[in-house]
Amino acid sequence: MRIVCPFCGERELGEFTYLGDAKPVRPTADAGEDAVHDYVYLRDNVAGVMSENWYHGGGCRAWLKVTRNTLTHEIAAVEPAAGAGAAKVGA
Amino acid sequence: MKYSIFSLARAALSSHKNWQRTWRDATPKDRYDVVIIGGGGHGLATAWFLASEYGIKNVAVLEKGWIGSGNAGRNTTIIRSNYGLPGNTGFYELSMKLWERMEQDLNYNAMVSQRGVINLYHSDAQRDAYARRGNTMRINGIDAELLDLAAVKKMMPFLNYDNARFPVQGGLLQRRGGTARHDAVVWGYAHAASGLGVDIIQNCEVTGFVRDANGKVSGVETSRGRIGAGKVGMAVAGSSSRVANMAGLRLPIESHVLQAFVSEAIKPLIPNVMTFGAGHFYVSQSDKGGLVFGGDIDGYNSYAQRGNLPVMEDVCEGGMALMPMIGRVRLLRQWGGIMDMSMDGSPIIDKTPVEGLYLNAGWCYGGFKATPGSGFVFAHLLARDTPHEEAARFRLDRFRTGAMIDEKGQGAQPNLH
Repeated sequence: MRIVCPFCGERELGEFTYLGDAKPVRPTADAGEDAVHDYVYLRDNVAGVMSENWYHGGGCRAWLKVTRNTLTHEIAAVEPAAGAGAAKVGA
Repeated sequence: MKYSIFSLARAALSSHKNWQRTWRDATPKDRYDVVIIGGGGHGLATAWFLASEYGIKNVAVLEKGWIGSGNAGRNTTIIRSNYGLPGNTGFYELSMKLWERMEQDLNYNAMVSQRGVINLYHSDAQRDAYARRGNTMRINGIDAELLDLAAVKKMMPFLNYDNARFPVQGGLLQRRGGTARHDAVVWGYAHAASGLGVDIIQNCEVTGFVRDANGKVSGVETSRGRIGAGKVGMAVAGSSSRVANMAGLRLPIESHVLQAFVSEAIKPLIPNVMTFGAGHFYVSQSDKGGLVFGGDIDGYNSYAQRGNLPVMEDVCEGGMALMPMIGRVRLLRQWGGIMDMSMDGSPIIDKTPVEGLYLNAGWCYGGFKATPGSGFVFAHLLARDTPHEEAARFRLDRFRTGAMIDEKGQGAQPNLH
């Protein structure tokens, strides 16, 4: 598996660190215990195409949003993660 | 049939041409008291304990492929009970005691070999942590010995003691730990369970749950038709989220890939199971002579049953740091299995919010050693509707109540457990 970083180009997997599913959204402070429990602990654990957060620590140190198939490891798209520093200045 | 020296002699007289199949490949009936989904070690052990300990013999084990084709056939065969936290310590020792009598119970040679498991330490802090873990084991009646450098050198003179980046200082040894032949564990439970009337049904994939008017699970839809059930137990680690999803459940689990490796066969070298404490590397030597070893999970969600090169490199570096002499040994095979990585690194054995559906999941990459214990306590839960006392903390709701069992203290980040 190699990831094409939008800033650095194609790099080997060892340069990247995985955070996980990009879908869960942090609940607001008044959302209640159930929402926090779901956000912290429960996962869709998708078998198929999944959007996920990766960190390019061995390169540009940007957070990336990678669209990847968990059944085949095929990567469909790599974009700067929303809110990441590099995304703000434009890729 | 019963295996003994006499059955062996009888078969030898007919040139071993008359051995019977060791278990019965069944076709599904309309209904069972208990249906177990998953024909791996845990599912088959559950069926056997239901039949032998709890008197429930109208049981089916449904397997999507062939029995033992999942993680039961993809692990590094290590058995041990050196856990440190309440909930884990007692449970894994229960499992260890069941390993010790398994072959007699099942009338099957599972090649259980109590060759010892040693965790090497490389710093004062790690020694203190291992001393604490050893003490925890001993006050719970489990054997543990803290070895100093001289004792480790005597046991394993072949490690790098001269110029290691992380010098070995000693190790925590559990002599009763060791290895077992993973396929024989599956076949042994299948043999014994089948002998008590359990139906083992292969090539039978569960595609949905049948619910009655009250929402209770009353059966499963499968690729071989509908099968009714009084209770349904899931033992499908690696795919737990996918199966639970058919019942509308979301689990505190991510599926990750773990790789394992075997080298070409060499002469007897490693006398035990050994772990490197300054990285992540564990190794034993199979009876055929291959070095069987592994390390970390790859770290990203995967259902692909194959991994990538960075972890392979990291694992081999761990081996080289410990034993530079293996540098010229060639890697023979490498494979990947799919792990149920739970949010605290510990398993879940509990009823689900759906009546009639029971969950056995979240084994991370420690499921093999738990096989007999898991089967025993899951059978208890299915038969009695109350958890076995040694598994009472493996609750599904512990993430909500805060009663986590986080052996590594990593928090809710499954790829770090």
